[in-house]
Amino acid sequence: MTDTAVHSQTRNDMLRFVKSNIRDYALLLSLLVIMIFFQVTTDGTLFKPVNMTNLILQNSYIVIMALGMLLIIVAGHIDLSVGSVSGFVGAVAAVMMVPWKMDPFVTMLACLALGAAIGGAQGYFVAYHRIPAFIVTLAGMLIFKGLALTVLGGASVGPFPREFQLLSSGYVPDVFNITFMGGPFNLLALIIGAVVTATIIYFNIKERREQQAHGLAEEPHIIYLGRNVLIAGAFLGFTFLMARYKGLPNVLIVMFALIALFVFLTTRTTFGRRVYAMGGNEKAAKLSGINTERMTLMIFVIMGALAALAGLVFAARLNVATPKAGAGFELEVIAACFIGGAAVTGGVGKIIGAVIGAFIIGVMNNGMSIMGIGIDYQFVIKGAVLMLAVFLDVYYKNKAA
Amino acid sequence: MLPILEMRDITKTFPGVKALTDVNLSVLPAEIHAVVGENGAGKSTLMKVLSGVYPAGTYDGAIHFDGVERKFGTIADSENSGIIIIHQELALVPLLSIAENIFLGHETATNGIINWFETFARTKELLKKVGLNEHPNTLITNIGTGKQQLVEIAKALNKKVKLLILDEPTSSLNETDSNALLALLKEFKAQGISSILITHKLNEVLKVADRITVLRDGMTVDTLDTHTAKVSEDRIIKAMVGRELTDRFPPRAAKIGEPIFEVRNWSVYHPLHAEKQMIKGVDLIARKGEVVGIAGLMGSGRTEFAMSVFGGAYGQKITGEVLIHGKPADVSTIPRAMAAGLAYVTEDRKTYGLVLIDHIKHNVTLANLEGVSSYAVVDESAELKVANKYRKELGIRSSGVFQTTVNLSGGNQQKVVLSKWLFSGPDVLILDEPTRGIDVGAKYEIYGIINRLAEEGKAIIVISSEMQELLGISDRIYVMNEGRFVAEMPAKEATQEKIMRAIMKSWEG
Repeated sequence: MTDTAVHSQTRNDMLRFVKSNIRDYALLLSLLVIMIFFQVTTDGTLFKPVNMTNLILQNSYIVIMALGMLLIIVAGHIDLSVGSVSGFVGAVAAVMMVPWKMDPFVTMLACLALGAAIGGAQGYFVAYHRIPAFIVTLAGMLIFKGLALTVLGGASVGPFPREFQLLSSGYVPDVFNITFMGGPFNLLALIIGAVVTATIIYFNIKERREQQAHGLAEEPHIIYLGRNVLIAGAFLGFTFLMARYKGLPNVLIVMFALIALFVFLTTRTTFGRRVYAMGGNEKAAKLSGINTERMTLMIFVIMGALAALAGLVFAARLNVATPKAGAGFELEVIAACFIGGAAVTGGVGKIIGAVIGAFIIGVMNNGMSIMGIGIDYQFVIKGAVLMLAVFLDVYYKNKAA
Repeated sequence: MLPILEMRDITKTFPGVKALTDVNLSVLPAEIHAVVGENGAGKSTLMKVLSGVYPAGTYDGAIHFDGVERKFGTIADSENSGIIIIHQELALVPLLSIAENIFLGHETATNGIINWFETFARTKELLKKVGLNEHPNTLITNIGTGKQQLVEIAKALNKKVKLLILDEPTSSLNETDSNALLALLKEFKAQGISSILITHKLNEVLKVADRITVLRDGMTVDTLDTHTAKVSEDRIIKAMVGRELTDRFPPRAAKIGEPIFEVRNWSVYHPLHAEKQMIKGVDLIARKGEVVGIAGLMGSGRTEFAMSVFGGAYGQKITGEVLIHGKPADVSTIPRAMAAGLAYVTEDRKTYGLVLIDHIKHNVTLANLEGVSSYAVVDESAELKVANKYRKELGIRSSGVFQTTVNLSGGNQQKVVLSKWLFSGPDVLILDEPTRGIDVGAKYEIYGIINRLAEEGKAIIVISSEMQELLGISDRIYVMNEGRFVAEMPAKEATQEKIMRAIMKSWEG
């Protein structure tokens, strides 16, 4: 074989691989394009360390809820109540800490349990009484919106104890105290970033080795290398930016830990496998000995706990619980999952997709706000992006079939 | 006599695959023409070309119908010229009435307002023609599959059909309903309506067909005339598979041991109608290494019995006792039934057997994920080994274990479902219609697998509507009717007549 033949051979392999994984690449590419677009239109504000930090803080609660929502959607259900539940839990936390003066940590644990119980109650009706999740959680949405108002007595409650605020406004403290590029530089943040990067790369290499051992490495070498370089660059670049501001926000650490946990849960565990099987064909899953009722209940419990956590993060960030907190969150969370490639019919969707989807929405919110686009047009644009994303998904799926 | 339909040199290519190569098919007026062939031989593709699913221009060759060359662009085009196709999966709306279904899309209406009196009267007329004695307002969901098929045919008649195409019309019908349907085709023939019958059931082909076209690997290999020559099933099979199948059932030397599965006085009530008893005190024994057949008509309660035993997957108010290896076993939920050593391979693999959007590997391990995981974490390479092992042992033909199951042929799908249950390590396997809708070659392979499992010492219970199959593979046969076992006989002494007589007698008594 001549060199050119080898060359075109690898080119063909690459094209075929990219084609069959177009969905994943397109998603990541869209996020990159959107980021670059706003970086240009906001005269470089988007990537400023302070704005990056804000972006993370503003989006953390959407990302946290999107993790649970993805499970719910993959299982073939929906949860419309997450916004109201997060608002309600935030209100309960406020009342516990401010007028009742309870300990912030006790409050947080109690609130997570409350969220899980709310999810469990809704999941019970979905799983054991077969009432469509759409209806159960629509009812939940109204109930908890009302209860949030009741708990707060229609007023805002705050400010919170300092320990509680740290959940959102705290940063991993610096230990080195050095100066770089004319400002304080959080070296610890960069080191954590490097460690995380190394861990991810390590697992990627391990997976690649396993694939090669079974002759299953389909991803062409060059794409595999490029992907890892990109991951490393993105992570290190990102932590570098964060290090130049105040370092890594606490909530970022929580968020990343949860993302890692849910990726593991969905891809490596029997639990995850069963959720996908259940969403793909509930009857077959049930006849294969999977307790689909209990699985459904568990997924809603997880969603409830995550909604509670999101509510705490949101309240801590504003340092006040308001009756309107959480309004409309459910729509952004659901949109994030569908932009990220989840299927309404269930059985299909990835955690990473939902996270990227959440960031696409987040960057758009952030960028459009900096540009000074009115809230009215922001809604229109976000709606159009959701429609376009799902349309392209369906269009290419049909074309492939 | 000039043919009413002439398809000449039809070639249809999909990306990378030539599905049809110069296929010829001609159907005479007032003829019943059977098209047979193994799964994947190109029967469905040919019918899709004919009915306009694949529009003119996407295939090579010519279609002449009723003396004119036709270039159908859509299904509506072919229907307008009188070609009506009835698919295996019926296209009826379950919660609409018979009348509404028959006139769906062709409502008798003026300015969009439906004339219910005329709809009603014409429905009655059509139902009479197909011999269906049901009220036009009855909902589709409330009548059986056999009757639904007749509604589909009534719908076709309403569209002034000249050529009726039936794709596997009897695959989900019992013998009586099948015979009624075939008689109807003969009646249509007398009225001058031609039919194309696509089926795997060769005995039916020989009963009604005037001519038979055999397809193999996308080519016409034979056209047989049943009036001029003596055509036998073996002759057709030979053409279909390109080789002679001397024996349709693999030989088997049964080594039968002690009873390992016993059901005593099993009673089950309908899941929705609590007063309706579906299973009435059934007793069953299956021994080690034994293949036990359950014969019966559609609706006799065989599937209901099997599913209710398998963790109460069907019915309510279930009473009775199950013994495994002589000890009472708890089969009250599916996980418990599986833990007790039971496995149930469903009759409807697409709805109840497979996660169609997922690949072979994930489907194989679904019922026993614990077997490839530790501390709830799946070991991917162990899983891969398991999937590859079953793919090899059962001869699943696919590009690999990462192929999505929706793309597999019926026989290979069935093997995936079987793999799933074999990996769950059962002592007792209940196979419900294990060869429905799969071709002759794959059937033979499935029979071979059943034999092997019996030799390994499992007890196998086979439910089948094909009596020849039951006679060919079982050691002992129970006959079921109306929720009871009405007869039990060693397979050696059993004949189709004996089984039918037992059913008839149970009705009289």
